[in-house]
Amino acid sequence: MKRKSLTFALMDAPFESARTVTAIRLIELSLRRGHDVNVFAYEGAAALTFSRQSQHPNATHGRTLEEEDHPLTHRWVAALLELAAANDVKLDWVNCGLCVDERGVGETIPGVRRGGPPDFFKLALDSFNTLVIPTR
Amino acid sequence: MTDYFLIESRDPFECADVHANGELAIALAQAGHRVRYFLVQNAVLAARAAARSNGLATIVRAGIPVLADETSLRERGIQPAGLLAGVSPVPLELVVDALAAGSRVLWH
Repeated sequence: MKRKSLTFALMDAPFESARTVTAIRLIELSLRRGHDVNVFAYEGAAALTFSRQSQHPNATHGRTLEEEDHPLTHRWVAALLELAAANDVKLDWVNCGLCVDERGVGETIPGVRRGGPPDFFKLALDSFNTLVIPTR
Repeated sequence: MTDYFLIESRDPFECADVHANGELAIALAQAGHRVRYFLVQNAVLAARAAARSNGLATIVRAGIPVLADETSLRERGIQPAGLLAGVSPVPLELVVDALAAGSRVLWH
């Protein structure tokens, strides 16, 4: 299929909803299909790229930090950025700046940028199609 | 005629307004639009043939293709043979392809 520009709006905070996993899967598939992707991370989703997320052991199940290997969303996004670069397509990840400040998650992984709702409006206007994945 | 790709992500046994999304699908189809109804995450729980009192059978009877994310089905131990008649297991790529084809993709 011809290369298109697709925009996704995410709203869920990390570690809370299956929607985050599905959204990451959709973004990955879009990049693998050769499409350019824009992501606007709003509200809780602004914390997905917070670089200070840390893995932890699981005392309940008796697993060490290494055995638990707890998934971190900032690593998922970093992997998506690497995938985009490898496939020579664009991944423009925009975090809502006010949402970032409210949550104190301004320390992000490299390759993402700060913006606001007007950026989402422009991304949607300039894209071929847009999918909003809202919270409840 | 507009192409609609409705995504249902919620368990109808937990979330009452899933029913409204199904009604939207049927209304759009009756208005002459092309509609596909895609189940993902806990929404696939309603696709079990043994599940009762959900609106999926009504959507199927309306002639709307009902699709279920293969990964969501596998995660929940639902085999293709155990699906409601008219529900087809499909890969998540269909959502990306619908977006790239210009469908109106709505998430619920």
